Amino acid sequence: MKRINRDVVVIGAGPAGLAAAISASEVGARSVTIIERDEELGGILKQCIHNGFGLHYFGEELTGPEYAERFIKKLNTLKNVDVKLNTMVLDINDNKELLVSSKKEGIYYIKAKAIVLAMGARERTRGAIRIPGTRPAGIMTAGTAQRLVNIEGLMIGKKVFILGSGDIGMIMARRLTWEGAEVVGVAEIMPYPTGLTRNRVQCLEDNDIPLYLGHTIAEIKGDRRINSVVVSRVDEKRRPVLKDAWEVECDTLLLSVGLIPENELSKKINVKLSRTGGPIVDELRQTSIPGIFAGGNVLQIHDLVDNVSRESETAGKNAALFAIGKLQDHPRVEVRNGEYVRYVVPNYISASRDVEFYMRSTQPLGRANLVIKESKRRFPLRYVTPAEMIVKRVKAKDLSFAKDIGHITFALEKVEE
Amino acid sequence: MTKKTYTCIMCPKGCRVTLMIRGKEIVKVEGNECPLGAKYAIQEFKNPVRIVTTTVKIKDANFKRLPVKTAKPIPKSLIKECLKLLSDVEVTPPIKSGEVIVKNICGTGSDVVATREML
Repeated sequence: MKRINRDVVVIGAGPAGLAAAISASEVGARSVTIIERDEELGGILKQCIHNGFGLHYFGEELTGPEYAERFIKKLNTLKNVDVKLNTMVLDINDNKELLVSSKKEGIYYIKAKAIVLAMGARERTRGAIRIPGTRPAGIMTAGTAQRLVNIEGLMIGKKVFILGSGDIGMIMARRLTWEGAEVVGVAEIMPYPTGLTRNRVQCLEDNDIPLYLGHTIAEIKGDRRINSVVVSRVDEKRRPVLKDAWEVECDTLLLSVGLIPENELSKKINVKLSRTGGPIVDELRQTSIPGIFAGGNVLQIHDLVDNVSRESETAGKNAALFAIGKLQDHPRVEVRNGEYVRYVVPNYISASRDVEFYMRSTQPLGRANLVIKESKRRFPLRYVTPAEMIVKRVKAKDLSFAKDIGHITFALEKVEE
Repeated sequence: MTKKTYTCIMCPKGCRVTLMIRGKEIVKVEGNECPLGAKYAIQEFKNPVRIVTTTVKIKDANFKRLPVKTAKPIPKSLIKECLKLLSDVEVTPPIKSGEVIVKNICGTGSDVVATREML
């Protein structure tokens, strides 16, 4: 069987993979290959035709395809990067050999010195949230609807209900309204919206679409095609309260109920996973296996693509350094999460250089302090809610104490207003 | 005197900013916790604008739709009219990113441009 050798192999050519491949090439990897199962580069950005991307990274507001195109253009100028489209990774083994398959080249091996996992995420489906009722046509995830409408040019329904207030769901509420459908409502099981404020305002309020917080769908009705949903208030344990339920007619139901990091391949090589559902990584974005790195939604679900790009540049850069034998670092100070912090990335640090921490709160807190428990160092945060990732750069001098004790704990505390 | 309330989108906090209006005059701004909130609400009252993103039909290309956007924000009140007009537009490849698809759409002073290349 054919076998090729590469310094760095990047799995996935979405925003994470593009950024990782570019930075791997720039810091000196002699050969970089990106493997992408779709027919073109860019990943999910290509169907995100709305604007709002790039404000942090490029300092201007771009649409998804424009954001992707900036990276693709850059990539195309790099001589030592090759792109394998319509190619699927079937397996990886402990020697960093990837078994890949494509229509053009058949089945073959790529042996990598370092690998970047950049597979992104999958959407939660109806099965993942167990909605009772019949199983008619007309139920799909928001991202599937987005692909059908924006790429395939198909319309998915006339009267649409949306479960979940995630960003893709709200974006699709506006998109479908603009394409002539009637979006009859959005139900969110939590007492607060899970997507960004700007989407709630510009997608729902702009189009007078009602948002039912603390509500879910208790039943799906319909024979061949969905014809209604039962919308119900939920109690504090998120169980439907059926006396507060009503039926809403619709021919389509979109689900925007969260994303799950896609780690089928990571599991094959026993990369350790964390509470985010993605690999445990250190500040270099190296996983529990030396030479295997990860960045973007495969690691943690970001709300801004700008952060995906930056995180994946770190992964790509360090993968390249590993491949050329210039990375000897093994950060071993454990990062823990305390009160009100659902998770922190990275999970390990060296405590000897500045680190950008990403974390999410467990609930809306409003004005809050981020506290390093061991040193009692406090950083004021303006407004904390689970919908917005906390990004906090902490200086080496505020981390160095942890080298002696081996751990550092981040917690949040409310500030009374 | 009438009241108008807006949700500010300048930060995640989402202040509910209320304007007190007499005739066409804003006499009071309430509920904003910072100056950005007042600026946002006043803009929303006087001249709310949005970038519109949608797709147009494309013939003989790899995909059936070409994504487009208004190069500048356009008045909210003209969004429906612009979308109506764009639903009848059909283009043929090759199209470059940034290429003008409709000039000065609905007299807004903004062009509609392609947001990706399609060969």
